[in-house]
Amino acid sequence: MNATQERRQRWRQGVEERQRSPRSLWRFAAPQQFYPLAGRLAPWFAAAAAVLAVAGLYLGFFVAPTDAQQGEVYRVIFLHVPAAWMSMFLYLVMAFWGIVGWVLNTRLSFMMAHALAPTGAIWCFIALWTGALWGRPTWGTYWVWDARLTSQLLLMFLYLGYLALTRAIEDPRRADRAGALLAIVGSINVPIIYFSVKWWNTLHQGASVSLTRAPSMATIMLVTMLIMAFAAWFYSIAVALWRVRTLILERERHTDWVAAELDRLAAKEKE
Amino acid sequence: MQWESWSAFWDMGGRGFYVWGSYGVSFALIALELYFLHRTRKAVIRRLLRWRAARFEDTGEDA
Repeated sequence: MNATQERRQRWRQGVEERQRSPRSLWRFAAPQQFYPLAGRLAPWFAAAAAVLAVAGLYLGFFVAPTDAQQGEVYRVIFLHVPAAWMSMFLYLVMAFWGIVGWVLNTRLSFMMAHALAPTGAIWCFIALWTGALWGRPTWGTYWVWDARLTSQLLLMFLYLGYLALTRAIEDPRRADRAGALLAIVGSINVPIIYFSVKWWNTLHQGASVSLTRAPSMATIMLVTMLIMAFAAWFYSIAVALWRVRTLILERERHTDWVAAELDRLAAKEKE
Repeated sequence: MQWESWSAFWDMGGRGFYVWGSYGVSFALIALELYFLHRTRKAVIRRLLRWRAARFEDTGEDA
């Protein structure tokens, strides 16, 4: 064993030790500890998402006024912008967990990346779909190959590529690392999407919300969009937590605690 | 309130197809995701129970 391998092993042991320590937050990096925590948290995030979505839809359809330029069709924005934000944000979160997985060698990080990918892909599709339906009456076309739309389409392919790649490789450890690499490299596309409307002349309008200048839209529209964005965010957290629980069961099936959990689930199903 | 009647609401100023096409497909996708999430979990639990039972039969010892 050379010096690098020794150092790596010591580091790994350190991580495992910290995961076992009952008072350290590191313990939640252990799948066994995170599984029940995710189960407790997910319903709360789902409930918050539902309440926010109902409030956002009410404000968006019954309180927000007709847009002076676009008429009623602008109401697509309350879905389109949150979906586009989430599709970019979740890809960055996937890349983050990929980096954590590569550096710390924590299994749960890779599982989190897996759990986020389908939801991110759905948000990405929703952003493209609503964008096309919004573009037709406002620009006169469903699709143009401009920088914003093309880079968002590339994000869709990155999501699909991640899903295909991680499912095609049978060895989970290799699938984890290959997927993480794709997520990390692909995340370069996210700032390109975000700044595309600034860097290139695009048909797509500029950023709806900016920290550096006064909002370009009415306060009620902005508030509604932010409420819908939080709804989308909490929904994504809830779904990812539920999905990671199933993944943990599969990956940890050889352990005693999953055997006990399966007994509990089997008993519950018989009731 | 923005709307004079429900039919005006559904019409969305003549843009009903685009607005409801956006919201309809998006919420259908979200409903599908939740459905498949639930179904996958059930399937995985059933598969793991079968896997464990098979292992128990093979080795004759407690898996």
